[in-house]
Amino acid sequence: MVLLEIEGLRAEVEGKEILRGIDLRLPMGEVHAIMGPNGSGKSTLAYVLAGREGYTVTGGSARLAGEDLLAMEPEARAAAGVFLAFQYPVELPGVGNANFLRTALNAVRRARGEKEIDAVNFLKEARAALRRLSMADEMLKRNVNVGFSGGEKKRNEVFQMALLEPRLAILDETDSGLDIDALKIVAEGVNALRGPDFSALVITHYQRLLDHIVPDKVHVLSEGRIVRSGGPELAKALEASGYAGLAAEAA
Amino acid sequence: MSVAMSTALQEAAEGFAARYQRLAPRLPGPAGARRRAAAIFRARGLPDTHDEAFRFTSLRPLAGVTFAGPALADGPAVTDEVMRALLARAPATEGPRLVFANGRLQADWSRLPETFRVASFSAEPVFGGEEIAEDEPLVALNTMLAEDGAVISVPEGVDGGTLVLLSLGAGEAGRAADFHPRHRLELGAGARLALVEIALGEGVYLHNPVMEIGLGAGASLSHLRLQNESARAFHLARLHVTLAERALYDGYSLVCGARLARSEIHADIAGEGARLAVNVAQLLDGERHADITAVVRHMAPGCSSRQAVKNVITGHAQGVFQGKIAVARAAQKTDGYQMNQALLLSDEAQVNSKPELEIFADDVKCSHGATVGALDPEQLFYLRSRGVPEREARAMLVRAFLAEMLDGVPHEWGRAVLENAVDAWWRDRPL
Repeated sequence: MVLLEIEGLRAEVEGKEILRGIDLRLPMGEVHAIMGPNGSGKSTLAYVLAGREGYTVTGGSARLAGEDLLAMEPEARAAAGVFLAFQYPVELPGVGNANFLRTALNAVRRARGEKEIDAVNFLKEARAALRRLSMADEMLKRNVNVGFSGGEKKRNEVFQMALLEPRLAILDETDSGLDIDALKIVAEGVNALRGPDFSALVITHYQRLLDHIVPDKVHVLSEGRIVRSGGPELAKALEASGYAGLAAEAA
Repeated sequence: MSVAMSTALQEAAEGFAARYQRLAPRLPGPAGARRRAAAIFRARGLPDTHDEAFRFTSLRPLAGVTFAGPALADGPAVTDEVMRALLARAPATEGPRLVFANGRLQADWSRLPETFRVASFSAEPVFGGEEIAEDEPLVALNTMLAEDGAVISVPEGVDGGTLVLLSLGAGEAGRAADFHPRHRLELGAGARLALVEIALGEGVYLHNPVMEIGLGAGASLSHLRLQNESARAFHLARLHVTLAERALYDGYSLVCGARLARSEIHADIAGEGARLAVNVAQLLDGERHADITAVVRHMAPGCSSRQAVKNVITGHAQGVFQGKIAVARAAQKTDGYQMNQALLLSDEAQVNSKPELEIFADDVKCSHGATVGALDPEQLFYLRSRGVPEREARAMLVRAFLAEMLDGVPHEWGRAVLENAVDAWWRDRPL
């Protein structure tokens, strides 16, 4: 079954067209990588799928398990199982991480018609997830992302993802700014979620992350279009020849 | 226009002055102080926006209301039924509690503390000394018409625990209540107290309290205030605090009621090493107007003061913060801080801010700052992308804006009182 089906998706930001007709099918249980040079539209695609304001869809469609994803509010997309791991996670001074996560988890559970989780069971689950990501319990007491290092912020994204159990994760350059140890931890966190009910779009500039999260397919984005698709070997080829070589080839 | 305004306010002022004339022989306490106050009030009237101190706050809405006082019990009363309904809205407490209804102490509903003394102003009518600015019209109005109040004294070295002062108000549009309670609190050397003041009510009334607080050497007061008056009420409060050496005044106020509110806080930091903190949060919606005016005078060396005011404003509401730090020549090593932050949730919301520093000492550290902003769209999107519905996300961010103030409340029960009031405030408001 196809979980995410994008057809002819066009979008603009501040009147400038960034996505110029994206076609992509992501089957249930698969992980696809989206690679491309800076400015190719990778992050725009992530934001359009998550429903961020200021990104205007001018054509095409995106369906999640048959439902019109683009018609939903951001919170409805989250309830439907979409999770965006931000490239630059937002700091929320005055909002405790535990309170934030429990509020989010219960909002999603309510929307899915599930029972809310009480504080005790939430802490149990959260602590178990933290241990799997080699994160300290103290993380729960801090304000959301405030004073976190780059690596901590990215791990906090993966931690949220582990708790919210999305069926479609969109990882927007989750590898940027990570050292190799943090990268491995993040990759393990994502790999732990892999299974028949979990799909992901892994957006990255570099091949490095894909050594640890091995994708089923790789798509190359250039100037708002997918210009090539292939297996994991495509990422390796790009690493060797660079995007410039690819653009020359495409032209 | 301004002439018409002055005339309307003048008529309202004349009503109060005439009532004094009528009541004077029956009012408790020193007749001299009353007479002086009445003379000042007759000369000054109710301040209007030509007064620099009231530039941002017009009292004009008072002019259209017919006030009948409690006027030594002949005025509008709080019926038992209303009293019960209002008490049910007040946070529950088992401890000592003073209940005032339209400015009169209600002995039957109050529970006196065991470790220190409380009397009513009507039984022990004493006005403050020279330090209280009788030349200011609203103080003069209070002095002229005060019928009751609380007189509280915690002896040297005693920890008085927690005392709740509950003020209930009720009145009708055609015959509004007005009351001018005169409260006095003295903490002896080394004494401690947590005073939790809660004001609520229904209908139309004017609550114009003056509270004078004297803190002895090393005394410590936590002062929590919840102003949750009726949405049609007027609240004009004046607080005067004097701190002796090493005394601590730690104040936390939440303003979320009244149609028109002005809370003045005047502090004289008179003893070496004293510390004062004034933390205020105002939540304003609709057509409401709320003004915080703080004047902190540093008169002794090595003291610190902190004023932190946060306004959350939506609808057509207006917030005002006027904050002054005055440092006398003798007050070396003063550490003064003042911050005013506003979160504007609608296009028509407005905040006016007037910081003032007046420094005559040369070795001091004083800073002030102000910020005005809206909710951050990136933060909102981050929360919504995690499944939090927009309204809840907005509430979370507003709560976060207030976190610094609410989380700092050093009194668990009091903190819960303020937090519950914040939660209740946006439960039925469009944010």
